[in-house]
Amino acid sequence: MSVTSVLIVGVGGQGTLLASKLLGNALVTQGLDVKVSEVHGMSQRGGSVITYVRYGDKVHSPIVDEGEADFILSFEQLEAARYLPYLKKGGVIVTNTQQIDPMPVITGAMEYPQGLAKEIEAKGATLISIDALKLAEEAGSSKAVNVVLLGAMAKYLDIPKEVWLQTIRENVPARFVELNLKAFTLAG
Amino acid sequence: MKKLLLGNEAVARGLYEAGVHVVSSYPGTPSTEITEYAAEYNEIYTEWAPNEKVAAEAAFGASQAGGRSFCGMKHVGLNVAADPLFTASYIGVTGGFVIGVADDPGMHSSQNEQDSRHYAIASKMPMLEPSDSAECKEFTKLAYELSEQFDTPVYLRLVTRIAHSRSLVEINERQEVALKKYEKNQAKNIMLPAFARQKHPIVEQRTLDLQEYAESSAINRVELGGTGIGIICAGSAYCYAKEALGEEASYLKLGMVYPLPVKLIKDFAAKVEKLYVIEELDPIIENHCRQIGVEVIGKELFPLCGEFTQATVKAAILGQKEESLSVEAQIPPRPPALCSGCPHRGVFYILKKLGVFVSGDIGCYTLGAAAPLFAIDTNLCMGSSISALHGVNKANPEFQDKAVAVIGDSTFLHTGINSLINVAYNRSNSVSIILDNSITGMTGHQQNPATGYNIKGEPANAICLEDLCRSVGINSVVVVDPYNLEELERVLKEELAKDEPSVIITRRPCVLLKYVKPNPPLYVNKEKCKSCKACMRIGCPAISFKGGKAEIDRTLCVGCGVCVAMCKFDSIGGEA
Repeated sequence: MSVTSVLIVGVGGQGTLLASKLLGNALVTQGLDVKVSEVHGMSQRGGSVITYVRYGDKVHSPIVDEGEADFILSFEQLEAARYLPYLKKGGVIVTNTQQIDPMPVITGAMEYPQGLAKEIEAKGATLISIDALKLAEEAGSSKAVNVVLLGAMAKYLDIPKEVWLQTIRENVPARFVELNLKAFTLAG
Repeated sequence: MKKLLLGNEAVARGLYEAGVHVVSSYPGTPSTEITEYAAEYNEIYTEWAPNEKVAAEAAFGASQAGGRSFCGMKHVGLNVAADPLFTASYIGVTGGFVIGVADDPGMHSSQNEQDSRHYAIASKMPMLEPSDSAECKEFTKLAYELSEQFDTPVYLRLVTRIAHSRSLVEINERQEVALKKYEKNQAKNIMLPAFARQKHPIVEQRTLDLQEYAESSAINRVELGGTGIGIICAGSAYCYAKEALGEEASYLKLGMVYPLPVKLIKDFAAKVEKLYVIEELDPIIENHCRQIGVEVIGKELFPLCGEFTQATVKAAILGQKEESLSVEAQIPPRPPALCSGCPHRGVFYILKKLGVFVSGDIGCYTLGAAAPLFAIDTNLCMGSSISALHGVNKANPEFQDKAVAVIGDSTFLHTGINSLINVAYNRSNSVSIILDNSITGMTGHQQNPATGYNIKGEPANAICLEDLCRSVGINSVVVVDPYNLEELERVLKEELAKDEPSVIITRRPCVLLKYVKPNPPLYVNKEKCKSCKACMRIGCPAISFKGGKAEIDRTLCVGCGVCVAMCKFDSIGGEA
């Protein structure tokens, strides 16, 4: 199988690392070669964060370049627009509708751009918008945004649902398993 | 069994499987997780040392005692550890001794982009460089064999993209290695000039022997594909080259980046038409090729700065670029910022308000330099804030009552304490602020000698920072709660006015620590809010301006109250 590239983007602290860990581990059970590249350190302090997940028969580079992503999973709307150049022609973006103001907007130096979803679609990208914060709260915690979004993207990937659920059970602390299993199915 | 492991996690697994006895490190992105994962194996004694020099010396001692030892650090940490390592090169090892160093091309979390391979050359010690997690583990184990076979410490070099990428690793059992028998041998283990003069030629011969090893080692391998393009590369660059060019090209993939082979390179060069060297940062392989008379294309096509990707290779060699979409709207950047409720925020606000010169240091609090606080004037390296301030005050005494140093608790104990000794000893009227958030924050919450816990979370000796400062000769030591802006301002003015060196400790644990229970979130009374934006001056990510009034994001707010002190109209408070 040729290589599929996924970008997971969001704001430091939103839990993108758990999403990439779950996706990576679910893919491994399918007998695929997988590489996941993460951001640690400075960029985690509320900055824009990006994680790459690539899988197929043989993956060489852990990085996804502009024009190469089959999927973008975005935890925040502005980030979906920021990383649009990474999307391959015909690729799919699954985004949270949540808006988190970056520092230049907070200080009043810039405006949070409006109508981003429309503009992204007008460029020819397939955009799936989900109020993941609301669904996460429904599942029991605003912190489960990551697993809600992963559930929304899962229907585009060829991984059996039971594998996903098992991966969640194996990678999430015991007391959060039920919450995350519920979160996974809410947008799925 | 194969598992998806982070590069750093795979190095730790390699340490475990290689039977390593002792690991001593100082945290530094992107190297930190090696030691964190190593600490999960009870068979390995693991510790956080106060700095990289101490860590390297502890690992050296463990090797002298016949154990296999390791110390891990980021590239700039290697500068700190360099002194012991250059002589450890002459002494060699008893038990295997490996130094893990992680470079940060692209400076994801660093203050410079130095290339650690220069250290291998300068200290005359071999360096291995893996391309994925499987190699991280295998090369770690190999490093111990080479260390003991060639009687040398060995570097294992990673870059961010390898250290922080996950890929599949075959898991094996630990091979217990008995401690080597210690035998007193002064000529080997004491580098007095007379002994060192005997040792230097041995080191030079060792490099030649290692070069011979590099000619035939399985980790330096040729992958023949199309012979129109030949690529010499190592580490991350191999991933990008292979991704970009696939079977179209032939590769000489080097697992050992120092010393470099000669014959292997010449033979490979003879097989291909056009030969490229692809390497991030400095032209080390390229210069070696030129030195041995092999013509290559390198830095005339590839940048010296920043991280590469497959696009870098495609653009440089094939002249190709992928098409991409983008929105017309201007996307505001999202730089990292001090967290909401960060105890450092109030300190920087007051420093900015007083208009003082701020000598900064390395940690989360470097973000005090960013908008809207812009509170830091200069920033150099770990521990430099206090010593640099001392120099500032010595050069121009007018700074004395309007300049401070800011330094975190972990950074203070790293090397800042030496700087404070200089302030006390050589008597500069300097005000040093220790931002004590009771953890090593930026690298992801590691314990340090002031937190009262060791790397395993077990209770440990806790240094009393106040007593430490007094004991080196600072008589004026004041502790303040950084959430109390009024008190903070009063103390700062007082200490700046004093005619003696002083230390202010702003003490409040990092809000991200699990044991820190947040206060209830605050809210803005929209009727009382006069839209003056005073609360926006502190740059709190939880506060924004919506519909002409301030608004607090209740999911982010931890109720620190710094914004309450900013509001003259009493419009910010608890639940209505």
